[in-house]
Amino acid sequence: MDRLLNVTTGLSVILLVMVLISVRRAHIRVEYSVSWLLAAGVMLILSRARPLLDAVRNLVGLPDSPLTLFLLAAGVFLIMFFRFSVIISHLRDDNIALAQRVAILEYHLRDRRNHENQEA
Amino acid sequence: MIPPSTPDSLLIIVPALNEEAAIGGVVREIHQHVPGVPVLVIDDCSSDNTIQVARQAGADVLPLPHHLGLGGCVQAGYKLAYELGFQFVIRVDGDGQHDARDIPRVFERLKSTGCEMVIGSRFVGDIGSRTGAVRSLGIRFFRLVLRPVLGKEVHDPTSGFVGVNRLALNVFRNSFPLEYLEIEALVVLQRRRFRFEEVSCKMRPRTTGRSTITALKSLYYVVHVLLGVFVNVLKFDRRFHRAKRESGAGG
Repeated sequence: MDRLLNVTTGLSVILLVMVLISVRRAHIRVEYSVSWLLAAGVMLILSRARPLLDAVRNLVGLPDSPLTLFLLAAGVFLIMFFRFSVIISHLRDDNIALAQRVAILEYHLRDRRNHENQEA
Repeated sequence: MIPPSTPDSLLIIVPALNEEAAIGGVVREIHQHVPGVPVLVIDDCSSDNTIQVARQAGADVLPLPHHLGLGGCVQAGYKLAYELGFQFVIRVDGDGQHDARDIPRVFERLKSTGCEMVIGSRFVGDIGSRTGAVRSLGIRFFRLVLRPVLGKEVHDPTSGFVGVNRLALNVFRNSFPLEYLEIEALVVLQRRRFRFEEVSCKMRPRTTGRSTITALKSLYYVVHVLLGVFVNVLKFDRRFHRAKRESGAGG
């Protein structure tokens, strides 16, 4: 049990450091780092504050604390993956609309140039 | 490109990806059977000489800055056609499978019936087109699924030989499926109470390249399309009921 909580603490710290380094190097935008930092923070607090983890366990009615921690982590990351799927879908739509717009504008530009060349 | 001047202005669009071997023949055949009608090849970022071959054959080309897939490619053509003011657009595949001799019949049906979409179908009338067993099974399955959704039978729901009028263009430039577009596009139109018809057309076997459809992709196709149909039905039914409630409350 303690070993599992220590591993969770270690993973949370690694995640926190990774996210902070990524934000500093501008590999990840601040608005997208918040959810990762929150998730890592919650996991870190729960793995270190045993009474809090037990209270959560009693609240959801689970038989033991490791299972509670595991389910909480799985739930948090599932929600985050879903959120990123929504963001990716929006980005893809925007990207396609932009690419189409660029293609159409370039087409008009080329058409106008051809027209001017013919007139000249 | 010559801007449309007649009220029945028609544009033929040909989405193409690495079709240098076939695209020249496709464009020349269209010019031969539908003289005077502009042809727009939409190049989905080909790595071969599709653009040059299409231009040499007399087509206008709309090169996309990066690969968008068939849906994004066709929608770009619809957007440009709408901006240029065309009244009708017929889509022909770039691999030479569609026979340009059928274009005038699709165009005539679009004009004479006033319906928003006309599909060139392999299975209306006895024209001797053949499809593989798996594809044939898939088409039968979708016919069954689509009949209650569309309110009438569609014989060839996966045909890419499609003509649309300006009303449908206006819908498609804003909302168009990106993958496996034929069936979802039908549902998008039907939920707006638009009409479609089918015209018998001959499809030739592919002359160049090879189909990328595998068994796994076929399964993905079925799931994807079913989900797309389901989502579209839900989306428009909700809008329809909301509009009905609001008009009831207002009146």
